[in-house]
Amino acid sequence: MAQNINYRLGKSKSFRGLVIFFSILCTLPLFLILFYIIREGIIHINWNFLINLPKPVGETGGGIANALIGSLLIVFYAAVIAIPFGIMGGIYLSENKNSWLSYWCRLSVDVLQGTPSIVVGIVIYFWIVKPLGTFSALSGSIALAVMMLPIIVRSTEETLKLLPSTLKEAGLALGLPYHKVMLRIILPCGFSGVLSGIILAVARIAGETAPLLFTAFGNPYFTTDISKPMQSLPLLIFNYATSPYDEWHNLAWGAALILLLWILLLNIITKITTRRWKIQF
Amino acid sequence: MEVWKNIKIKRSFRQIRMEKIFRSSLVLIAISILVLVLAFMLTLIIQSMPSIKALGFGFLYGKTWDPVVNIYGTYPFLLGTLLTSFLALLISIPFSFSIAIFLGEYHPRGWFSEFLKNAIELIAAVPSVIYGFWGLFVLVPLVRSLEIKLGVTPYGIGIFTSSLILAIMIIPYAASLGREMIRMVPASLKEAAYSLGATRYEVIRMVVIPYAKSGLFAGVLLSLGRALGETMAVTMVIGNTSIIPKSIFDPGNTMASVIANEFTEAASTLYLSSLIELGLILFLVTVVINIIGKKVIKRFTTE
Repeated sequence: MAQNINYRLGKSKSFRGLVIFFSILCTLPLFLILFYIIREGIIHINWNFLINLPKPVGETGGGIANALIGSLLIVFYAAVIAIPFGIMGGIYLSENKNSWLSYWCRLSVDVLQGTPSIVVGIVIYFWIVKPLGTFSALSGSIALAVMMLPIIVRSTEETLKLLPSTLKEAGLALGLPYHKVMLRIILPCGFSGVLSGIILAVARIAGETAPLLFTAFGNPYFTTDISKPMQSLPLLIFNYATSPYDEWHNLAWGAALILLLWILLLNIITKITTRRWKIQF
Repeated sequence: MEVWKNIKIKRSFRQIRMEKIFRSSLVLIAISILVLVLAFMLTLIIQSMPSIKALGFGFLYGKTWDPVVNIYGTYPFLLGTLLTSFLALLISIPFSFSIAIFLGEYHPRGWFSEFLKNAIELIAAVPSVIYGFWGLFVLVPLVRSLEIKLGVTPYGIGIFTSSLILAIMIIPYAASLGREMIRMVPASLKEAAYSLGATRYEVIRMVVIPYAKSGLFAGVLLSLGRALGETMAVTMVIGNTSIIPKSIFDPGNTMASVIANEFTEAASTLYLSSLIELGLILFLVTVVINIIGKKVIKRFTTE
């Protein structure tokens, strides 16, 4: 270190400045996006926007009721499919840390987590859409459930691993059967972690578009029939944003704001659940 | 007394049976997750068989993609994917590493760090279709005016715009992992360096970063995996042409965006199966990248 100490300190300070500068700069696009979506979206949102169907090109007004209900239904069924599998898978992995099955199962979960969403869409197309001969909301839900699964498995596993083994031993020593120990003692104790994993998974898939392109497909009309194609918010945003019509762009801005608010709300709920029911021993 | 005993035995038999059912259903679900992933791969392989058989390796370096005359060469898409992903990685690395160092080393606590952490999580939470939408209406005009200044054809849409959007989207992955890894650097190592008279920058450069190197690398890998498979945002701003891009300002296509655009239109078997083969390649590449990334993290955290 032959260099002057002032030079070295200066270098240290300027590096710190650089790091802070880049860190702050990085939040800039986020706020630009939030600002822009809110500014463009807020003027279009009113009661009619929420309860009406989209109007054909050329007519002003119209709403996104079909996409709103469609999104809720698709995500709800996805959660119904994914939650039991996810939790049971998580319990298995937390209970069997070193078996060969848990090694491969963990690897599969990692693979699923890294799978591009469009690939999930393709596969579910061949599994559900093609045999049934029609695009359907159900196939969209299954595609989204596949994407939820790894998140739920992982969060359940991580949470249950944190619980002390004495808890389980105490239950077993009282003569409780294994399933009761797991479902009535261990799972409720790790409730916050499991729940926040589920909410996080819902938040993650609520904005997914790519797996729905070839499954739920989209539908300009209102439907609650899950064996038919169904519109969802992300699909509506994609279709209308890439269309050349201003009225449709307006609908898409409103829909984008609602989707954003929905996801924000879910993220905040996750934060609160983890803070509120933090496991403490 | 006798009756009471019988009931008790019956009940415990039922409990034992339930317990067995529960245990085997746990195993069954673990197996079904494994089978799900295998079936994923198998479906992709079987469905892309026609194109693998018909086109062979020419599929990968064929320079034209023209479904009308049944020519399927995916070189333009491979190039597009690699260009957008690596450009995005290049743009995002200074930012994600800065955040990792800021949150991991300089200010682990404090209101601003909390704020920054939440902002990063929010960046990861915003759906990709919203990024695409915003990019299409805000970033594209900006890039277009930049292109006019630079004197290249002002498309606005194209590889460069997609890379910018992707860069924003993948920052959180490398940043949050990097933060965890930098936090795990033992304080004793840093203190030793300080006691030798090192400045803060020297400690970071010579102790923290070398120690957390593999973790940072894993974060970059996971970001890359994310960038390769990202579909919607890229599809909306890349321009969707099957011509080989000559510069980074040209429109192009990535593997994911070509699937998103053409899958529902693909009429012939060969067309469809070559799109699926693209999906298969995408799947295998991201799987390999993710597994390597996870392995690196695991080795780092257990050491």
